[in-house]
Amino acid sequence: MSDITVRIWRGDENGGEFKEYVVPAQEGEVVLDVVHRVQAGQAPDLAVRWNCKAGKCGSCSAEINGRPRLMCMTRMNSLPEGEPVTITPMKTFPIIRDLVTDVSFNFEKLKEVPALKPKPREKDGTYRMMQQDIERGQEFRKCIECFLCQDVCHVIRDHEENKENYAGPRLFIRYADLEMHPLDTNDRRKLLQEKAGLGMCNITKCCTEVCPEHIHITDNAIIPLKERVVDDRYDPIAWLGRKIFKRSSKTQASA
Amino acid sequence: MTRYGVILVTLTDSNPKPVSTPVSLGGARGGPKVKTLRKGAWWLPQLASGVGLALFVAYASWTAIRNGHYYVGIMPSHYYVGSGRDYLSPFYSPCLTNSCVNTSNHVFNWWKLSPAFLILIFPGGFRATCYYYRKAYYRSFWFSPPACAVTEPHKKYSGETKFPLILNNIHRYFWYFAVVFAGILTYDAVLAFRFSGGIGVGLGTLIFVVNAVLIWLYTLSCHACRHLCGGHTNTFSKAPVRYWFWKKISVINPHHMLFAWLSLVWIGFTDFYVYLVAMGTIHDPKFF
Ligand code: SF4
Ligand code: SF4
Ligand code: FES
Ligand code: FES
Repeated sequence: MSDITVRIWRGDENGGEFKEYVVPAQEGEVVLDVVHRVQAGQAPDLAVRWNCKAGKCGSCSAEINGRPRLMCMTRMNSLPEGEPVTITPMKTFPIIRDLVTDVSFNFEKLKEVPALKPKPREKDGTYRMMQQDIERGQEFRKCIECFLCQDVCHVIRDHEENKENYAGPRLFIRYADLEMHPLDTNDRRKLLQEKAGLGMCNITKCCTEVCPEHIHITDNAIIPLKERVVDDRYDPIAWLGRKIFKRSSKTQASA
Repeated sequence: MTRYGVILVTLTDSNPKPVSTPVSLGGARGGPKVKTLRKGAWWLPQLASGVGLALFVAYASWTAIRNGHYYVGIMPSHYYVGSGRDYLSPFYSPCLTNSCVNTSNHVFNWWKLSPAFLILIFPGGFRATCYYYRKAYYRSFWFSPPACAVTEPHKKYSGETKFPLILNNIHRYFWYFAVVFAGILTYDAVLAFRFSGGIGVGLGTLIFVVNAVLIWLYTLSCHACRHLCGGHTNTFSKAPVRYWFWKKISVINPHHMLFAWLSLVWIGFTDFYVYLVAMGTIHDPKFF
């Protein structure tokens, strides 16, 4: 087999550049294997974050040939042969070193999400939920927190200033999970529209395209949340109904 | 069968008031300062859908301005090429103005423009506020973003939070009208079985039936429909009817983009077919 050329971004907050490494190709490798071989040989100081090598820990997120992907789940033979492979750190988050970025933005945003506030317990002291009540949320809990969706989202990727009032797709699935929860009594719709920036998302679906867990972020979380916000504030008939029947918008939303 | 799940939860009282947690902004980003490192024709899908949408808008405008040859009359004496068919172009249905050739049911007599303009507001508004078409035009015409992981050319970005884009939130109202329109186009498809000598099936009949089916698939796979018919519910086990609807709509909803394109192309084709038959350019074959 021939050689492979990888161009890896080397640098920190003070700047950086591409460094080219040539390693012999090996059968059945993923990008992370190649990065590890570079690290084991030519560049022992190369910083790269990884953990499971099985697409489950969400640590090895980077941009391969310009596309946000997991390094451990990108097979070398899926990339154009004979061309150098570029590997850069996620663009949306501040760089620490080389391929490692500071993703604490996402955890700060997670702290803002109001937790589950359950209904009173039933008479026997328990809660009951049926499978059909919770199955929507199960899709969202497949998330491995790789933050590739946050990285690709143009709202913050191209506009740093939006970070203050924008939660991003990974957090939108968290909001959706809680908002659709059969036991929850919190109403996060005002927060979603005003501070979490749901209206900033223009449903262009890049988050869905990059999600390694194939979560339908836009169709199953963001759009349903947008529709719930419409119930709350943009639907005059729903508003009138609430006035007439004196129901809160939340009780109307839950069954 | 009843299944119970007993869960243990920590009781957390929380206060979902709008507060923003300070997030340390800034911090130098890594990677080269280029628009994108993507390879290959990442611009192609956006270009293709942009061209497709532009062609359709051009065609629809021509059709609406044409203000003629939109009906193939059922009566042989009809002043249009009366080939004994009852085909009304979907761009002119329902025809409600003074100038309509297919009906004496003139509701909007004051309307002086082509009757198409009066009704195209509704399907036009439905498609313009559709979640799929929004994605398509934001990407193809507004370049926000031009493609995933390709820098957009705008300095500022406010998404759908300001006028006019905030109006996209009224999509569900257009959906209510769209259901009415799907009903009307279904009625037109039924009328397409009428021939001057009785009931029959022509090539046009089949085209009208396919048109109605595609319009229904597009309308029912709509995201607002999915929400209104059940998605707003949190406890599906207590709302079996809504759950049933939601389940069914969730089967076709993932194909909404496909139905958006198929129904768009087909409605244009249906109109063009009626135009050609009304012009006498082609003769509509009758199968039985
Ligand atoms: S669909 Fe919305 S959240 Fe997802 S990447 Fe696009 S703008 Fe961001
Ligand atoms: S939603 Fe998908 S892309 Fe986003 S963090 Fe979770 S697993 Fe990663
Ligand atoms: S190393 Fe765990 S997801 Fe790649
Ligand atoms: S018609 Fe496309 S989402 Fe409603």
